[in-house]
Amino acid sequence: MWRQDGRLYGGSGPGSALGLARSVLRLNAINKYYQVGSHRLHVLRDVDAEIEDGELVSIMGASGSGKSTLLNILGILDRYDGGEYWLGDTLVRDLSETQAARYRNRFIGFVFQSFNLLPFKTALENVALPLYYQGVSRRARNRTAMQYLERVGLAEWAEHRPNELSGGQKQRVAIARALIGKPKIILADEPTGALDSATSLQIMDLLGEIHASGMTVIVVTHEAEIAARTQRVIRLRDGKIEAAA
Amino acid sequence: MFSADRWYEVLSTLGRNPLRSILTALAIAWGIFMLVLLLGMGRGLRNGTEKAFADDAANSVWIFGGSTSQPHAGLPVNRRIVFDNGAYDALRGVDGVDKLTGRFFARGAMWGNELQTRVGAKVSSFDVRSVHPDHQHLEKTIVVAGRFLNDRDLAEKRKVTVIGEPVAEFLWGHTDVIGQTLAISGVSFTVVGVFTDEGDAGELRKLYIPITTAQLAFNGADRVNMLMFTVGDKGVGETAALVEEVKALLAERERFHPADPQAARIRNNLEQYATFQEIFWILELIIGGLGALALVAGIVGVSNIMIVAVNERTREIGVRKALGATPTTIVGTILQESLFLTTVAGYLGLVAGVALLEVVSSLVPASEYFANPQVDLQVALIANGVLIAAGAVAGFFPALTAARLSPVVAMREGA
Ligand SMILES: Nc1ncnc2c1ncn2[C@@H]1O[C@H](COP(=O)(O)OP(=O)(O)O)[C@@H](O)[C@H]1O
Ligand SMILES: [Mg+2]
Repeated sequence: MWRQDGRLYGGSGPGSALGLARSVLRLNAINKYYQVGSHRLHVLRDVDAEIEDGELVSIMGASGSGKSTLLNILGILDRYDGGEYWLGDTLVRDLSETQAARYRNRFIGFVFQSFNLLPFKTALENVALPLYYQGVSRRARNRTAMQYLERVGLAEWAEHRPNELSGGQKQRVAIARALIGKPKIILADEPTGALDSATSLQIMDLLGEIHASGMTVIVVTHEAEIAARTQRVIRLRDGKIEAAA
Repeated sequence: MFSADRWYEVLSTLGRNPLRSILTALAIAWGIFMLVLLLGMGRGLRNGTEKAFADDAANSVWIFGGSTSQPHAGLPVNRRIVFDNGAYDALRGVDGVDKLTGRFFARGAMWGNELQTRVGAKVSSFDVRSVHPDHQHLEKTIVVAGRFLNDRDLAEKRKVTVIGEPVAEFLWGHTDVIGQTLAISGVSFTVVGVFTDEGDAGELRKLYIPITTAQLAFNGADRVNMLMFTVGDKGVGETAALVEEVKALLAERERFHPADPQAARIRNNLEQYATFQEIFWILELIIGGLGALALVAGIVGVSNIMIVAVNERTREIGVRKALGATPTTIVGTILQESLFLTTVAGYLGLVAGVALLEVVSSLVPASEYFANPQVDLQVALIANGVLIAAGAVAGFFPALTAARLSPVVAMREGA
């Protein structure tokens, strides 16, 4: 019911290949270790997952179960040690820093628990930042950023800096920033973790709208209420996927 | 790469912490300022010395008669050695002696040869030099009217003189004086030339007369008190060998021990000049080294401050990377920041240094030790290159730090 089959993603560039695959991303037996002193911490154990184009999925699990690690791998912010990660029909492995940056810029929008807005930039400039790295002119990207701020209901806050915004407003700005590059996937790591419950629901509504517009959204959370608002829940325990709910 | 957008980013980053940016800039400005100042001062020292040498031919050798300090051939010590026309003729025949002149001291010593010079009621004492025609080349005398002394003047013991411009000015009030007569110690001489000289004013208050005329007029017999010659384009080593040869020749003629250091006093200007050049080269090197150290301190300062700045911006850089900033972009921005800061600050230092040198130059009169401190185009260009290199070097480590940042780790920091 949520799916909008046959929806076409941006017709040109390396992204077009992504549109061809039905699953927007696929994980085959992903393993990830962290070296902590002399100890080798096995954080992700043979994680298999497939997420389809236009899905709204949550990843749940206790603190320390590996949710963020998994999301960072999906966002090409971190490397993995074994298995295969397919983003569309591209195998994400051994990418150079530059390639990784390009993929992030084009295909992935991030929303973080701590917002990660640049404090010295206005809301508008923060939203426009991904377009700067796409080489869009200042004027064009500010115009686009304004449209996205309108979309999250913050047009009149465009010239304010993050420290003048409430937590909910900051997260809206961050969502606008995640959307502006027209990514394939929105990755949100505990996007409501720093917000009160009323604001949390507003943010989840916003993510729901984004999903309704046809975008793939993956939300990491440890709150059942949040997970309940998604189509599918992937549960992690000690780095292993539990049977699907 | 150096787009207006990038500039906006760079300037707004620098503007976020203006005090730190200014302090960083000062470190570099100070370094370049010191470099320019020290190099300019070094140049001033050298200019001063070269001025001192410009007066005389640098490739010349001067020989004065002295007194023997060693007994030789049955002759006692403390015997006064005075050369004569024969010595001059003997040196003429030595291969390698280029321009050669003797000087006869009417009063027997190098200094105090002022003789009363008169035209009508105008009387003063001027230094009168009794020389051979080649003397012109040894003192770099520049004849501005008429001619210098020539061989016929000497052969015929003519009573002719070549006078300095101030002498003409004093005696006649102008320098159009060829053919005029003046009296030196009551002996009448005809002016055949007027000269000027690159040396100081003292070199101009002189009259040149033929040595043969002087020997005759002032009871000089055939005495020659001083011999001077140039060595052409010989090097320091060859000149030293030539000096030994000449000394041996004179020792044999005047019968003093060839190794007697007192019998003939020799001043080898080439050797002195070479020594001076070497000293000043080393001095400039040391001075330049000190300036470079000041600059290196500035570069290290900028680099350190920028590493601190990058560390402070760890989270920001992490976020930017997550949003799609490539390492190249990050490195480029930081290098540009560094280059911008160092070049702007560096030019301020350069201008301040040059300005101060100009002030020093106008306040301190040129002397034998210090003249016209300056930064020439070459030094300015070097400083320019050094600046850009400094900016790149200063930005290198901070940029590398930033490029290596992992966005995951960076964003976790202080979250
Ligand atoms: N950079 C790291 N170095 C070492 N251990 C890490 C690092 N990041 C995460 N971990 C560890 O990996 C495990 C999973 O962490 P994480 O993915 O952040 O869990 P979650 O997001 O589910 O709370 C935890 O035990 C955590 O301590
Ligand atoms: Mg987490």
